[in-house]
Amino acid sequence: MAQSLHALNHKLASTARQLEVLEDGIFSTDSLPSFREKIGFFGHETLRPGETEILQLNVGYMCNQTCKHCHVDAGPDRKEIMTRETMEHCIAYAKESGVHTVDITGGAPEMNPDFLWLVKRLKEAGVEEIIVRSNLTILVANEKKFGDLPEFFREHGLRVVSSLPFYLPEKTDRQRGEGVFAKSIEALQRLNQVGYGREEHLIIDLVYNPSGAFLPAAQSELEADFKRELKSHYDIDFNSLLTITNLPISRFLEFLIRTDNYEDYMDTLVTSFNLATLDGLMCRNTLSIGWDGQLYDCDFNQMLELNIDHPIKHIKDLMNGSIANRNIVINNHCYGCTAGAGSSCQGSVI
Amino acid sequence: MQKTYYDPADLKKFGDIADFEPKLAEKFFGWYNEVFKEGELTAREKSLIALAVSHAIQCPYCIDAYTSDSLQRGVTESQMMEAVHVAGAIRGGASLVHGVQMMNKVKKQSM
Repeated sequence: MAQSLHALNHKLASTARQLEVLEDGIFSTDSLPSFREKIGFFGHETLRPGETEILQLNVGYMCNQTCKHCHVDAGPDRKEIMTRETMEHCIAYAKESGVHTVDITGGAPEMNPDFLWLVKRLKEAGVEEIIVRSNLTILVANEKKFGDLPEFFREHGLRVVSSLPFYLPEKTDRQRGEGVFAKSIEALQRLNQVGYGREEHLIIDLVYNPSGAFLPAAQSELEADFKRELKSHYDIDFNSLLTITNLPISRFLEFLIRTDNYEDYMDTLVTSFNLATLDGLMCRNTLSIGWDGQLYDCDFNQMLELNIDHPIKHIKDLMNGSIANRNIVINNHCYGCTAGAGSSCQGSVI
Repeated sequence: MQKTYYDPADLKKFGDIADFEPKLAEKFFGWYNEVFKEGELTAREKSLIALAVSHAIQCPYCIDAYTSDSLQRGVTESQMMEAVHVAGAIRGGASLVHGVQMMNKVKKQSM
């Protein structure tokens, strides 16, 4: 299996280097306007958060896959993991703040040894919706360890959101690793068997990431393709397809540079900038919490180590104060969320 | 001196043709954009037709543009290659069907 950029000691494992790439080159020679300049043209000096509705917890970077586009640089060699103590702070905040959704991501969140405990506690805390971002293959990776997860998801009414870059094996395996498509299909069939995608309130959404340096198609059009193909070939049902644009950070940035696609891709993102996406950006209603409890405006900022622009930086300090009065931290990777129909962890924005 | 006739960067300058003749360019781009909108054919079907035609007329700019456009629209690789074969088959067939003309001439001139 491929190694993470961290394990390879790749220069792009450094967030400082990634930010240097994002701020220099075509953005420093005035070929393209920076994101700050771009929104400035339209009268937005900054972006401000609205009410926090979603708490996104990154419970660790460990994963059983090493996907080529992964913005987390996750993989089996990553050891960063959220402790139970940090989870306690997150649960307390979820309860106190009244957010309607807690979105659990990773890595493969199921690999955190306290994952089941966390879900149970969030449920007890009365969180309305709990999302698990499952890579699917983990559900069939080790029967003894993870085999009961579909039933556990069902029992706790989790909404499952899973990546499946394409409905064809070759494209999926090229992005996510050899054999991933077949295992994903097996996992989806198991989820269907326990009722996901078939019973009301048991929601399984799939995530489409373009498998290369291009933007996603219209969500509804692709969803129809996925539904038709997955049903006819594998008898799989799912609820919605969420299209997510690949952001130029971490492994996807490495791919763009290595294949000489970086400048063209950034140009596509900038020329596809859509002002109408600004109101619906996920940084306006989501707070991202890192494995170590640090606070970010989104999961992408977390991976670039761009903490929120506020004196309170950690979940343990959040109970004693408000972070509502702050500017969202932006950089040129933000163009990824504002291109075309926009992109967020909940799919397209408009 | 430029070493090749084609430069990929020129594709982004397509709109610059208006610098020398704005009125016709405006008409052309207006018509062009209208052609590719969703109609009786979907935008995806039009993109695939454009990809096939690009190969028939062997336009590198068009192949570049409509390969990206097809990928973005979720067209599969085998669908794209089938479209190229359609272009190839029409081109090949267009040559071969003239074989009938050759045969007619042969038959007329021969005893």
